[in-house]
Amino acid sequence: MKKTSLIILAAVVMYTTGCKKDSEFLDVQPTAVLTNEQAFSDPAQVLSILADLYNRQLDFSALDNGWESFADFSESFPSANGNVNIVQRNEWNFDSWQSWDYGYVRDLNLFIERAAVAKTLSDADRKRFLAEARFLRANFYFELAKRMGGVPLILEPLLYNFSGDPTYLQHPRAKESEIYDFVISEAEAIKNDLPVNANEKSRATKGAALAMEARAGVYAGSIAKYGVNTPQVSLPGQEVGIPASMADGYYTKALNAAKEIINGTAGAYSLYNKKPDLGENFASLFLDKSGNPESIWVEDFKLKSGKVHNFTVSNQPRYGAEEEEGGRINPSLNLVQSFEKLDNTFAPIPVTDGSGNPIFYNTQTDIFAGRDARLYGTVILPGTAFKGRNVDIWAGYQLGDGSIITGDDRGAQKTLPGQTNPTQVVGFDGPVNSKEFTAQSGFYLRKYLDPTPGAGSRGTNSEVPFIRYRFAEVLLNAAEAAFELGQKGDAATWMNLVRARAGLTTPLAASDITFDRIVHERRVELAFEGHILYDMKRWRLAHVVWDGNKMTVTDLVSNIGSATKRNTQPYALWGYKLYDPSSPNNGKWVYKIVLPSLVTGSNRFRLGNYYSFINDDIRANNPKIVRQPNQ
Amino acid sequence: MKRSILYITIIILAVSCRKDNYDEPSVRLSGRLVYNGDPIEVEYNQVRYELYQYGFGKTGPMASVFAPDGSYNMVLFNGEYKFIIPNGQGPFKWKQTPAGAPDSTTIVVNGNQEFNIEVTPYYMIRNAQLTGSGGSVTGKFSIEKVINDASAKDIENVTLYINKTQFVSGADNIATKSMDGIDITDPDNVNLTVTVPTLNPAQNYVFARIGIKIAGVEDRIFSSVTKISL
Repeated sequence: MKKTSLIILAAVVMYTTGCKKDSEFLDVQPTAVLTNEQAFSDPAQVLSILADLYNRQLDFSALDNGWESFADFSESFPSANGNVNIVQRNEWNFDSWQSWDYGYVRDLNLFIERAAVAKTLSDADRKRFLAEARFLRANFYFELAKRMGGVPLILEPLLYNFSGDPTYLQHPRAKESEIYDFVISEAEAIKNDLPVNANEKSRATKGAALAMEARAGVYAGSIAKYGVNTPQVSLPGQEVGIPASMADGYYTKALNAAKEIINGTAGAYSLYNKKPDLGENFASLFLDKSGNPESIWVEDFKLKSGKVHNFTVSNQPRYGAEEEEGGRINPSLNLVQSFEKLDNTFAPIPVTDGSGNPIFYNTQTDIFAGRDARLYGTVILPGTAFKGRNVDIWAGYQLGDGSIITGDDRGAQKTLPGQTNPTQVVGFDGPVNSKEFTAQSGFYLRKYLDPTPGAGSRGTNSEVPFIRYRFAEVLLNAAEAAFELGQKGDAATWMNLVRARAGLTTPLAASDITFDRIVHERRVELAFEGHILYDMKRWRLAHVVWDGNKMTVTDLVSNIGSATKRNTQPYALWGYKLYDPSSPNNGKWVYKIVLPSLVTGSNRFRLGNYYSFINDDIRANNPKIVRQPNQ
Repeated sequence: MKRSILYITIIILAVSCRKDNYDEPSVRLSGRLVYNGDPIEVEYNQVRYELYQYGFGKTGPMASVFAPDGSYNMVLFNGEYKFIIPNGQGPFKWKQTPAGAPDSTTIVVNGNQEFNIEVTPYYMIRNAQLTGSGGSVTGKFSIEKVINDASAKDIENVTLYINKTQFVSGADNIATKSMDGIDITDPDNVNLTVTVPTLNPAQNYVFARIGIKIAGVEDRIFSSVTKISL
């Protein structure tokens, strides 16, 4: 009896506790993966998802994606033996600069879809998150359009139904103008959902949306206007090329968006003007992270967080650096000489006087005197300092008879005639031909170089941000749009603001504003900020400026300031100290223009380079994708 | 022990190695760009052509470039191929479909084959005579305008190039001499002279050729590369 009841009891217990339906039994919540609902339940959680999407934005040149991305286009010489192909190749491949990252677009679309339906997010949070994701998506489509022209405009996550027929997922390329229309309309749609806060730099703000809109407007406007110069660079379906009739509409939109930032409705942005020395001031603009009023949207970095960059390690002056490396980007003389004189005129760096005799300078920096302060802020000139220490850039001694005594290693020593002891005959920072990490062009880069102790060491690195949009560029966009719309007075006003900050205090009159001026101003203000390629492309100047012909010194020093000036090979400026005890010029400096011997190629931008190659596998998977012209 | 490793190795070698499933392609298709039988010469590595073969799933181009003398050659399997020259390539016109895409030419490959590509150039360089004397190179030639209809294009410039190697073009040269199209008074008798710079290391010959840049066309048409003794 006892046994029976025990068995019954056991059976009851087992039945009530042991049996679950299969579906229930197998339905175990994973402990390591969040469901969509969980992931979008908490604002901090959503922000961390968004942070990943921010991180995946595409920049032409970014401080953390290799110094090489800054080094091309004859604006600098690459002083690293592994990268001299930049100045030895004769042309760019058709697939240069291509991007087709629809994985990222899908993730952005998924984020927008999920954040829109998340139940527990407050409306304010949701509005901001959605606006930020739409900003990132619009900005990425803008990046794609710069590289590829019209691309398929996918605005929702696509799902394959495994039917064996994927044709419904194959979307053709949108028109190039439609991508720009999308960027502009998105900016308008989201600008009021984003915070108005000039101190918010790394997340999207109203200022960032408007800055993107202004830039997209001038890009589309100039492609429409100047596309007539290259009728071959177009496709019948307008996937590439924008009709000229649309130019004014785009310029107007750009102007209005830029005006909103300039008149302060998007936050208190202004030009950076904290330091009395204008050259130092321009350099600090890229370094100052505390209340910098100029930067609008940046890719930020933080020490000891894992997100740091080694740009300073790669490019710091080599002599006395924290690591035995640096000096990779050497700005070219082509760029250096394009900085104006303070009277608003263009002139080559005066190496010789009118009758062809060399000019002797008392100090190394005298030859660069009286120029645009942005020259000092962008380039480390010989005779100037970084971190309070003068760089040691000089190429050797020149004797009275014109012969040269120099060495083939950094700081090499030789005995000068009439002396008994060897003395240093070349700078510790070079220039020495083919000696990597020395200033082979005679210059180092200053922009972005972080003077903070430790920034030049591999173990610490730097947290200087990369500025994607800044107020000065907004002013230049406004000036360009106004110029193209015939409002030269406004164009002059805005350009003069930017120029006055650089020490060019004589204002340009409305009649001085020309297309060449616009092109020039962007080149010097925005050097090494990832603009030169896209600017030259949208103005359809790229195949003219980089035409593949070699340059002579005469080419180099003539027509400075002309938008169509050839710029195919980076030249160098080497300084020598005169050693001639009998001469009154003994100990003075003389300069020579040289082409670094490693420069054997000349840049040729082919018509097929205007829009990057779309890979064969992409076109094989989706036959609706038409190929780029001239490839 | 050692011996067993040897045996195992022998057995593995004996049973495991077979040839690949397919022989490599071995049929040579070659030819050159011609206009009425006259060769058309182009710049090194600049003028592309593409072959397509359908019937094997996804299609992609087998792309290559014409050699400086306008020749091409490819090693293929026997079969039917479609040949195109992409739009915007070459100093000549290639036939197009009404929609503006490059039209294709069908080539049936069955054994080694020569197949010349007939195109219509905008201009031809005729009777090019390149001679060297006294440290300079002189090119004499005449220009024939081939396309005279509505799609005719002007000459932007003509250039004489010299180089130390047989690759002679705008990108690869040691000296050039150009004349703008509007300065050409007599297309039947064009003269260009270029001074040979000091060669380092010295050599007693250079290579020269003449190129015509046609307005609105990226690729130049060239004369033959000529070796000139100095």
